[in-house]
This record gives sequence, C-alpha cells and structure tokens, in this order.
Amino acid sequence: MYRLEYIIRRLIMAIAVLISVSIVTFFIARVVPSDPAAAWVGSHPTEEQVAQARETLGLDRPLYEQYFRYMQGVLHGDLGKSVKTHQPISTDLKTFFPATLELVLVSMLIAIVFGIPLGVFSGAGKGSLLDHTTRLLAIAGVSIPTFWLGLILQLIFFGRLGFLPLNGRISTEIALYDPISQMTGFYLIDSAITGNWVAFKDALLHIILPAFTLATYPLGLTIRMTRSTMIEVLNEKYILAARVAGISERAILFILALKNAIIPTITVLGLSFVYSLTGAILVEVVFSWPGLGTYVTNAVLSIDFPVIVSVTLLVTVFYVFINLFLDLAQAMIDPRVTL
Amino acid sequence: MMAAPLLSIDKLHVQFRTYAGVVHAVNGMSFDVRKGEIFGLVGESGCGKSVTGLAILRMVPHPGQISAGSILFHGEDLLLKSKSEMQAIRGGRIAMIFQDPSASLNPVFTIGNQITRVIRQHLPVSRDEAKERALSMFAAVGLPDPENIFHTYPHELSGGLQQRAMIALALSTGAELLVADEPTTALDVTIQAQILVLLAELRDKQGVSILLITHNLGVVAETCDRVGVAYAGSIVEMGDTEDVLYHMKHPYTHGLLAALPHPSRRGQLLQAIEGNVPNGLALPSGCPFHPRCEHVMDVCREKKPELVCLGAEHLVACHLYDEQRS
Ligand SMILES: Nc1ncnc2c1ncn2[C@@H]1O[C@H](COP(=O)(O)OP(=O)(O)OP(=O)(O)O)[C@@H](O)[C@H]1O
Ligand SMILES: [Mg+2]
Repeated sequence: MYRLEYIIRRLIMAIAVLISVSIVTFFIARVVPSDPAAAWVGSHPTEEQVAQARETLGLDRPLYEQYFRYMQGVLHGDLGKSVKTHQPISTDLKTFFPATLELVLVSMLIAIVFGIPLGVFSGAGKGSLLDHTTRLLAIAGVSIPTFWLGLILQLIFFGRLGFLPLNGRISTEIALYDPISQMTGFYLIDSAITGNWVAFKDALLHIILPAFTLATYPLGLTIRMTRSTMIEVLNEKYILAARVAGISERAILFILALKNAIIPTITVLGLSFVYSLTGAILVEVVFSWPGLGTYVTNAVLSIDFPVIVSVTLLVTVFYVFINLFLDLAQAMIDPRVTL
Repeated sequence: MMAAPLLSIDKLHVQFRTYAGVVHAVNGMSFDVRKGEIFGLVGESGCGKSVTGLAILRMVPHPGQISAGSILFHGEDLLLKSKSEMQAIRGGRIAMIFQDPSASLNPVFTIGNQITRVIRQHLPVSRDEAKERALSMFAAVGLPDPENIFHTYPHELSGGLQQRAMIALALSTGAELLVADEPTTALDVTIQAQILVLLAELRDKQGVSILLITHNLGVVAETCDRVGVAYAGSIVEMGDTEDVLYHMKHPYTHGLLAALPHPSRRGQLLQAIEGNVPNGLALPSGCPFHPRCEHVMDVCREKKPELVCLGAEHLVACHLYDEQRS
C-alpha cells in the first residue's frame, strides 16, 4: 500500500519537474538571439511577411502568455509546428521517435543479453583468461568512438562480406513491394504482427549494425559494473553458506549472487537508455537512421525552438519515468530498501 | 562400548600459499566425531578450527589447499570424492553453520525461498512438499509461527531467530553431521544458552552429530560430550569433556583453564599464558607449544609429540607423558 502512495507522490513530483523543465527550455529558447518569425518565412522576407508571421506565431504577445498557449497545446497533444519546415511536430515525432526507440531498445537488449552473463562469469573467474579478455572488451566498448566503429563495421559487413545492408531502416524494394503497415512505428513489431516476414527479416538485418554499434558503450558499462559488484557479492558469507549447502554453482551465480549484484547495473542501463534517446546521433548519422538525434540536432542548428522544447519535454518524461522505475525496481529487488 | 565414528579426521594438513610464504594453518589434525555426540573443537583464535571445519566439506578458501591426511565419513575418504559427489554431500549429508547468522542468510530472498532451495537441491520433492518440510523444520528448531517465518526476509528477524532459521536450513535435508563454527559467538548470552540447548535437543531428537567449533570453554563444558583442544593446527589433548576440563594433562590445557575466572580462585589474578600463538608461516620445531611451555625439555624442541592414550578415552600429545603410554 505504501508503494502506491509512493508512486503517487513521485508522479506529482514528476509533474513539477516537467513544468519546470518546460519553463526553462521555453524561455532559454526565446532569449537566444534569433527571430523565429524570420525563420518561419524563409529567406529574403519582406518586413510585412515577418510581421505577419509574428502575429500568426503569437510572438507579439507577452512571453508568459506565449508559454501558456504553448502548454495548452501540449496538453492537447499539439506540440506546435517546426518554424523551419512548418510540419506539425507531433507528426514528425511519430516517425522519428519510434525509429530511435526501436534502435535504442534493441541495443539495450544486446547490452543486457551479453553484458550481464559476461560480467557474471568475469567476476566469478576473477583473474582467469576469460576475465582478462572480457575486461579488454569492456574497456574497448566504453572507449572506442561509436562513429568510427560504425564505419568499420560497415566496411566489413557491407563492403567486404556483403552480409548486411549499409544503412537505413528498410530496403527500398521492400518499402515498395512489401510495405510495413504503420501501427506502433517499430518496424520489427509492425512487420511481425502483420506476419510480413520478408519485411521483418529485412528490418532485422538493417538494425543489427547500428544497434550493435550503439550497444558497445552500455555493454562495456554493464560488464564492468556487473563484474565489480559480483566480485564483492561472491565474497559474502551467504555465498559461502550457499556453497556449503551444496547449491549448484549456476544457481549461486545467476540467482543468489546476481540478485544482490544487479541493482547498480540496472541503474547504469536505465540512465544510458535515456541518454541514448538523443545521444544516438552519431550512430544515426553513420547509418542514415531517421531518428530523434538527427531531428533534434538539426533543430538546434537552426534554432527551431518549438522542436527543441518538444523533444526536451519528451526526453524529460522518459527520464522521470525511468528514474521512478529504477527506484521501484530497487525496492522490489532488495527488501531492505524502503521507499 | 564405543560408538563407531561417523567422521574420522586423520593427520590433516592444510596450507595456504601466500606471497609471504606457506602458511601452515592445519598441521596433522586428528579427531573423530561419533554418531549422536557433540564433539567440541576448542582453541585460541587462529589455531585452525574454521579451516578444519571447511576442509571437511572441501571448501577451504583460496589459496588454501589440503596437502595431506584423510577425512573419513562413514568410512569413505571425502578427499577422494568427485566434485559432484561432494556437492551432494555438502548440505545433503554434512551441513555447516557459521558465527554470524545475519551474514549467512541471503538478504534479498525470503527465509522460505532459501530453505526450499536447499531442500529441492538435495531431495526429489515438489515445491509444496519442500514447504511442508521447511515448516516442520521451523517448528523443530523452535521458531514461532512457521508460516509467517517462511515469508519473512532475514533482516526482519532477531539474531537468535536468524540462527534458528540457519539451523533449520542446515538440517532440513536430514544431514547426519552438523559442523557448527562458533554458532553462538555473535549472540547475546541468554540467546547463546538457548541455541546450545537447541543443538543438544536436535542431537537427542533427530540424532544429528555435531562438531561444535568454539573458543569458549564454558560452551564446551555445557554442551559437549567430548572435546579436542587444538593448538597451532593440531590436537594437543582430547577426551571426555570432564576428563579434559577437570583432569587436564597438557600444559596448554592447564594454561587455558587457568586463564578463566573461577570461584575457587577468587581474588587472584587471572593467569594468561606467556608468549604468543605461533604464526603459521614459521612454526616452532618439535612441539609447537614448547616456546611457551613451563615444562619444556630438550626433546620438545626436536620431536613433535604424538597423541597417546592415557586411559581409554583420554589422549594427549606431550612428551611429559612419553613414559606412561598405554
Ligand atoms: N585466506 C587465507 N589466507 C592465508 N591464511 C589463512 C587464510 N585463512 C586462514 N588462514 C590461516 O589459517 C589459520 C587458521 O585460521 P582459522 O580461521 O581456521 O582459525 P580459527 O581457529 O577458526 O580462529 P578464530 O577463532 O579466529 O575463528 C590462521 O592463522 C590464518 O593465518
Ligand atoms: Mg574461526
């Protein structure tokens, strides 16, 4: 029961955070020296056109009123229009955001599926050959520049071996002859639920290289974090007690020890998930992945303030929820943690 | 009529290869634990009691190694068992509990989860049967409200209840031998006494034999049928508790008892044994106790004394008794 109360309290706090973030980004976007009205009308505008645009965009109103009008729209799902492209931002996000989310989720899956077992075995066999190899891998993972790795992988798997496509989310032929019907915006999910396996396979082949490239950093972090907490936990008396009680080594490592060691790893994964939502830009560029990073970077470069504010709010929502999730997960895993 | 030994340790040696050199933690340790008895292994800190206990389960921590000797359980040498045979023996036939129950229980699993995991590791029973077994074990060790205990986490219990839960867990598979390494040291005095009573009760009712490791002679006097006094990794005196504590023969046992407060010596200063416990890195030649012994003779510096019988059940390893071996 106290958990529900806690969640409600945290949600109220989340709303406060979102309001503050929206205020700060909104006003910062408006004090930078640029004229959205001029951006709206394009190059070589007349004085009249600019004045007209200022009125259309409501820029002639006081700042606080602009903010309230903007937030009113947000609450109704209207994030405004890009001052560059005049496209509704919510429409843009419907294509860019699932693309990034799909990429990031697959990369997180790679980090978890490979990172946790490698970290566990590495920590359990501290000083072994496997441990040294894994640690090298982990250091490489966190230190190799992603764009460079992306290019090298393209060179090998597309250039030399021809196994995997160069870039994009889907092949042109597939997009033309076996198009994926848009439901969730996740190509893998949409193609799977409609049974479009040709497209599914194609989308899967497309996502492998960018997802792996994006995964290297969280993978390295996961291995290192899991390894070091496992080493600590495996020295605990309750692990000796379990060994003395004849519990199998597999259960000791992956159940009894891992549950004690997993919290820091989950935290690292959660935070790097949020970071990747906009931080995947380099991978998106290298693999021509039409994602949020590319979208927001272009917006920043052209001071397209409604886009900047919208994306910031979107990422903040994720950040707040991931943090809430991390706290709840921690309390669920460790009964000594009180919320 | 002597009961057959359940466990028989003979000339066990355990070494730790460290950067500083080879540490001789256990040096020719020999003793038996008979069926249905509580055997006390007593000695000062660092004399190799815990390492001996772990060696029985072949769980000597790295970088330690059993370098010589034998450990017979039901007449079979545990040192010759395969890995999987050993895993079945650990927790299945020989169980072990430690000093600090709060550290020995896994903090993120319920007591019920932990005990059923052990039961199902060793016995072919269903989840429900395992739970039933766990609940009856909780009752047997005097845990109040077993159903409730089953669902609690370790940190929700007091130290005494935690140790009872630990004992329940250790004996839940029907182990014949319990190695209890300082099971009461971390507990309050009153709780200590209760746990000792419980151990004696379990011996009587479930027929479990107990190797009770302790540095506390009071615990030995209260609980043990027989006792072995260890010094620098081997037994110096062994026999019925009464013989060893009240008719001790070895100068070290003398010293240990003289260091205890006693009503008959009220008003006198307690006598500590001169000198220090030898370092496992560089053991004294001959009898390891000779540098601290009041009765030291030439032979003590050269030859390590063997355990010899002085009467049917009383053994001592000391050159003072070389003449009297029977
Ligand atoms: N991991 C280790 N590395 C090196 N030496 C060790 C290690 N563990 C134990 N020893 C050595 O083994 C000897 C015996 O240790 P043990 O833990 O058996 O003593 P003990 O009799 O149980 O003492 P206590 O009453 O303090 O528990 C110690 O003197 C120590 O030097
Ligand atoms: Mg000890």
